Amino acid sequence: MTETTAEELPEKVPPRFDTRAMTPYFFILPAVLVMAGGLLYPVIDAVYLSFFDWKIGTPFSKAEHVGLDNYWRMLGDPDVWESIWVTFRFGFWTISIEMVLGVALALMLEKPIRGASIFRTIFILPLMVSPVVVGLVWRYLFDARVGWINFYLAQWFGIEPQVWLGDADLAFFAIVFTDIWQWTPFIFIIVIAGLQALPSEVLEASRIDGANWWQQIFLVKLPMIRSILVIALLMRLIDVFRALEVMYIMTGGGPGRATELMSLHIYNRAFDAQLLGYASAISVLLIVIVFTLSLGILVISNPMKDKADV
Amino acid sequence: MSSGRIDSPMKIWAHYAGLLVLAAICLMPIWVMISTSLKNEVLIFDGTPVWFFFFPTLENYEYILTRGKFDRYLTNSVIVASLSTFLTLFLGGLCAYALARTEFKGRRFVANATLLVRMVPPAVLAVPAFAMVVTFSLDNDLAVLTFFYTALNLPFAIWLLFGFYKQIPVELEEAAIVDGASPLQVFFRVLLPLMKSGYAVAGIFAFRIAWNEFILALLLTGRKTRTLPVGAAGFITDTGVEWGRIMAMGTLIVIPPLLFTFFAARQIIAGMTAGAVKG
Repeated sequence: MTETTAEELPEKVPPRFDTRAMTPYFFILPAVLVMAGGLLYPVIDAVYLSFFDWKIGTPFSKAEHVGLDNYWRMLGDPDVWESIWVTFRFGFWTISIEMVLGVALALMLEKPIRGASIFRTIFILPLMVSPVVVGLVWRYLFDARVGWINFYLAQWFGIEPQVWLGDADLAFFAIVFTDIWQWTPFIFIIVIAGLQALPSEVLEASRIDGANWWQQIFLVKLPMIRSILVIALLMRLIDVFRALEVMYIMTGGGPGRATELMSLHIYNRAFDAQLLGYASAISVLLIVIVFTLSLGILVISNPMKDKADV
Repeated sequence: MSSGRIDSPMKIWAHYAGLLVLAAICLMPIWVMISTSLKNEVLIFDGTPVWFFFFPTLENYEYILTRGKFDRYLTNSVIVASLSTFLTLFLGGLCAYALARTEFKGRRFVANATLLVRMVPPAVLAVPAFAMVVTFSLDNDLAVLTFFYTALNLPFAIWLLFGFYKQIPVELEEAAIVDGASPLQVFFRVLLPLMKSGYAVAGIFAFRIAWNEFILALLLTGRKTRTLPVGAAGFITDTGVEWGRIMAMGTLIVIPPLLFTFFAARQIIAGMTAGAVKG
C-alpha cells in the first residue's frame, strides 16, 4: 500500500486547503458563534465588569476601575455569605427530600402496570409548568388571607393562620415545599428509567441467591444505578445555583434575605441595589461553583465521549 | 419487568392507590389555578377553598383578553419562542451532525465546551446582557431575546441530537450516496425521517425554555416587547394582587406546555432521562 495514487484514494490524501476538509467547520460555525456570543461572551464580560464600580443609569465610560476591590468587599460581605448559606440549606433540604422521595417512589412503582403511561404523563406536568406560574400559584396557596394552606391547617389541625411568606422560617419552608412539588417527579422519572433498564438476569440471579427485598434494593439495584443517582444529584445541585424565578415571584428573596438564593442575590444586587460591577463579582463566584459541578458531571458521564465512534 | 411471581390483587390495588395519590398531588396546584381563574372575586376572597362546585365565570379571561395587552404579549411570546426554537434546531442540528459524523481538529474541544456552557446560570447572563441592551438601546427588539434563548438552548439540543445521529448507521448514508443521492438528498430523504423524534424532543425542550423564561425577558424587553410571563408577573405589582386575573393568565400560559405533555410525554421523558440514563 505504499504507492497509492491520488486517483485510487482521493479521500485519504486531501490537498492542503481542501474545501471538503473545511466542511465540518461550516456546519458547526453558526452554532458555535451563537453560543460564543450568547453564553461565553457574557461570562467573560462578567469577569471584566467585576473589576469596575458601575451603577445603573450611568454610561459605562463613567464606571471606575477598582481592581480587585469588589472581590475583597465580597469576601467580607455578610449578605453574600448569607445567600450562599441559604442556597446550601435550600439545596440540602430540597435535594435530600427529593432524592429520598423520588427513589422510594420509583422503587415502589417500578413494575410496569396497565395505565403507567398516563400516570407518567401526569407526573411530568409540574416540570413543564412555567416557573413564574409555579411561583404565582404557590404564592396564592400560601397566601395569609385567602390561601388554601392556612384554611386546611385551621380546619384539620386547628392551627392559627400563618403569614407564610412574611416570616423567615416559614417562607424558607414554603419555597422548599414548592421546589419539592416541582422537582421530585424529575428524580422519579430518571430513577424509574434507570431501574427498568437494569438487566433482569442480574435481579433474577440475586433472588435465586436468596437476597430478600431489602438486600435486593440496597445491595443490587441502587448500586447498579449509582451513576444515575449521582448525575441526578449533581443536576439538581446545579439547578439550585441557577434557581431564582420561583423565589422572585413568591418572596422576592425576603423577608430580609431569608429566601434569597445566590442567583436571586446577584439579581437583586444588580438591579435593586444597582451595583452592576459588584453583582458581576458575585457572578464570577457563582460561575466557578457551577462549572466545577458541571465538570463533575462530565467526568462521571460524558454523553459526547467517543465511545460510539468504535 | 423483573419478577416471575404473580402479585396479589392487594398489591396491585396498593400500587394504583399510590399512583393516584401522587397524581393528585401533581395535579392539585394546576387545578387550583384553573378553577380559581373561573371564579369571581367574591368567591376567591372569601377564603374558603371550593374545589369543584361553583358557578364558573369567564370575567377574568374577558378582562385580560380585552383590557390588558394580552395580544401583544402573546404575539411576542409566540414569535420569540418559535423563532428561537427553529434556530436552535437548525443550527444545533448542523453542529450535532458535524460532531457526530466527521472528524476535524478541535472537535473534542467544541463538544466539551458545549457541555460546559450548558449550565451557565441565567443570573450570570443578566448583567452583561442588560448592559448590552442598555448601551445599544435594544429593549424594543425581539431579536435580542431570540438570540439569547437560542444560545441557552443550543448546548442541550446539540447534545441530544448528537446522540440521535450517532444511533443512525453510517451505512444508510453511504448506500444513498452510492445510489447517486446528493448531500442534500441524503439529509432530507434519509436522515431527516429517521431524526424526526430527535428533533421533536429537542424542539419541545427548546420551546418550553423560551416560552417559560422570565428573568431575561423581564430585563431585556421594553413596553412593546414584553412576553407572557413578564405580563403575568406584572399583575402582582400593578394594583395589589388580583388572583382571578393572575390565574387566568397563568392558565393561558400553561396551555402549550400542557398540550406538549399530553401529546408527547414519551419524547419528553426520553429527553429528561437522556442525560442521566444513557450517558
